[in-house]
Amino acid sequence: MAFFRNAAGVINAIEAFFNTVDEGVLVFKEGVSNYLHGNQDAFNNNIANMAKLEADADNLRRDIENKLYTHSLMPEVRGDILRLLEEMDNIIDTAKKNLFQFDVEVPNIPAELNQDLILLTDICVSSVSTVIPAARAYFRAPETVKDQIHRVYFYEKEADKLADVIKRKVFRQMTGLRLSEKFHLRYFALHIETVSDTAEKVADLLSIMAIKRTI
Amino acid sequence: MFFFYLTSGLFLGWSLGANDAANIFGTAVGSKMIRFRTAAIIAGIFVIIGATLQGSGTTDTLSHLGAVDAMAGAFTVALSAAIVVFLMTKALLPVSTTQAIVGAIIGWNLFTGHKTDIRLLTTIVTTWVVSPVIGAVFSAFFYILLRALLKRLQIHLVILDVWIKWALIVVGAFGAYSLGANNIANVMGVFAGSAPDVVIDLGIIRLDGLQVLFLLGGAAIATGIMTYSKNLMVKVGNGIMALSAEAAIVTVLAQAVVLFIFSSTSFSGMLKSIGLPPIPLVPVSSSQVIVGSIIGIGLIKGVNEIKFKTIRGIIAGWVLTPVAAGLLSFLALFFVRNLFNLNVGSAVATGETGAVMPAATGTVISSGTKYINLIWPGISLLALALVSALLTYTFRQQKKRLTAEKELLEREKENIIARQALTDAEIRAVQVENQYLQNEVENKRRDLINYAMSIVEQKEYFEKVSESLRELSGEKRSELRDEKLKKLEIEIRQRMSFADKVEDFNIRIEKMHKDFMGRLAQLYPDLSSNETRLAVLIRLGISSKEIATLLNISPKSVEINRYRLRKKLGLDRKASLTQFINNI
Repeated sequence: MAFFRNAAGVINAIEAFFNTVDEGVLVFKEGVSNYLHGNQDAFNNNIANMAKLEADADNLRRDIENKLYTHSLMPEVRGDILRLLEEMDNIIDTAKKNLFQFDVEVPNIPAELNQDLILLTDICVSSVSTVIPAARAYFRAPETVKDQIHRVYFYEKEADKLADVIKRKVFRQMTGLRLSEKFHLRYFALHIETVSDTAEKVADLLSIMAIKRTI
Repeated sequence: MFFFYLTSGLFLGWSLGANDAANIFGTAVGSKMIRFRTAAIIAGIFVIIGATLQGSGTTDTLSHLGAVDAMAGAFTVALSAAIVVFLMTKALLPVSTTQAIVGAIIGWNLFTGHKTDIRLLTTIVTTWVVSPVIGAVFSAFFYILLRALLKRLQIHLVILDVWIKWALIVVGAFGAYSLGANNIANVMGVFAGSAPDVVIDLGIIRLDGLQVLFLLGGAAIATGIMTYSKNLMVKVGNGIMALSAEAAIVTVLAQAVVLFIFSSTSFSGMLKSIGLPPIPLVPVSSSQVIVGSIIGIGLIKGVNEIKFKTIRGIIAGWVLTPVAAGLLSFLALFFVRNLFNLNVGSAVATGETGAVMPAATGTVISSGTKYINLIWPGISLLALALVSALLTYTFRQQKKRLTAEKELLEREKENIIARQALTDAEIRAVQVENQYLQNEVENKRRDLINYAMSIVEQKEYFEKVSESLRELSGEKRSELRDEKLKKLEIEIRQRMSFADKVEDFNIRIEKMHKDFMGRLAQLYPDLSSNETRLAVLIRLGISSKEIATLLNISPKSVEINRYRLRKKLGLDRKASLTQFINNI
């Protein structure tokens, strides 16, 4: 039963891809925390780990794409699924880019912002951690997708609010900082926030895809 | 002559295949779940099997409606129906062969004066109305069942896709079987009375004359499917309602079941045996049933999705088909009889329902029946087909492998070319770097030599000055001492001009700023070499005082030179000379 073997291969690749994205955001969370607490060695490890996971995710996505086309699987929904994988790949790409920006730009972050930035990262990672089960559910029980993605929207809004609070704090309360430093911090708050934005994009796509499958 | 007359029936069969296969595999092919070629082969094979094994029931019914008892008449009736079906297929309208043949038979009845059995006609027309309703009920039921099942099992989408693909093939094969069984009467029914009295032994099964006719008709349907059904498959697959793959399985299954029920003598007999009324074995329109099935699903999902305009077009086609076929049949029979003097049917007395054609009820060999043994030719043909299939498969695999190898080789070739290009570029880069490093080494070597020479020269010079001063200190004559002192001072001053070093410095900066000097000469060809040198020094950010030292002129002269340079460059008083030069 070569058809079922091929299908099983694709399923394994999809699952591995989701796991990689999940691990990627966890490494991102750890990396931000390590940077803020000055654990340089651990942070360097996170950077290396992140680069590897991002490359793995890319390879898995390409592998799935090849398999879907070569074995002519799911011609009706193939386009949607490949777009979903691309959007999810975007999440890990964004996380990697952000972590590398910490490494390259070495922003000077006042200690009083540490808690806020860690919380912001937590919320963003939660939005991704919620969207991944929703994406898994699309493949088995599309009718349950809607119940899961509303949390993603909640986390995304919370991330927006917190990023706003951080920016206000930087510009209005931290008078000791130079304008260039304030700008720098604003960009980092923005960078972290983009992770939840990409999760929101995946949620939007999933919601349409689930409707298409259930009608 | 028999085979010539049969051609119209075969043509009708071809038209049926071209049209009705779309009802079975339309959604599967339209949604690209199954390739057209796969669908056509499966449909072709199963249509032939269905027609040959189970086509007698509905043929019997059509024979009762109008027993066309002359080959020329049967030819004309089938041809009229075929032309109508063909024209409507051309117009991309899902048309029913059933309606066409029934219309054409009624045309024959009217022309020859045979009375049409109104009761039977009513039964047939009723099935036209009932069959889509049953199709709708079945499809709605199957759809609810399938949805519940899928929800419960929660199969992964990728695995589900494989199951759906197989289900579409299996259900499609069943649909094709039922289509052949039910609709072969439309194609070969009118020729039933003229079936040859033969029995062909194929080893596994024996085919009587009527079944041989059905086999030929089935082959004609299969040809229609393979040659002319693709366009309509795509239209039906995408036109009436956007069907999901699950819905496609359900609609085809519902259609197959309905067609099977209306053609199975065994099922009808089974109902009769348990005291239920038997199902009339009537050829029904697969188009009607499929539309009913789609509506059934549409009602479950919400009617908004159904494209009523398309359905109206199809229904209009149903009304148009029997009327057009009837009229054409009547006119064609008139011409055939009067123009070619051919017997198109016996004019029987009114009040009769017409002679009933003997329908096949089993293979009985009577004394007059011609027995043809096709066991060995059949086996040979089968073996030949298997060998051909095997060879084709091997050839295709070989071709695929060769294509893949060729592609791989081309990729490797591209890689080698790319690597070669990279290596060349790297070699060039290394060469340039080597040249640069060589120059650097040369410069350093020259610097060292100059430095060493300079040390030696200065040591010699200062030794000479020291000697002169010693001599002067011993000189008693004041005039001579003053003269010698003056001479020494002039010599020292001359020495302070550092002419060699300055020249060396100038050569170096000219080398470094070759591009800038080129641009400057191109833009301002009137500049003297001293002015160009001044511009280079300004570009280097060297102050006027330092420039004065380097050029061995006074600071005042530098200012004058700057002023001249400004004039030649066309700068007004407010413009910055340094900025201007830096922007060149």
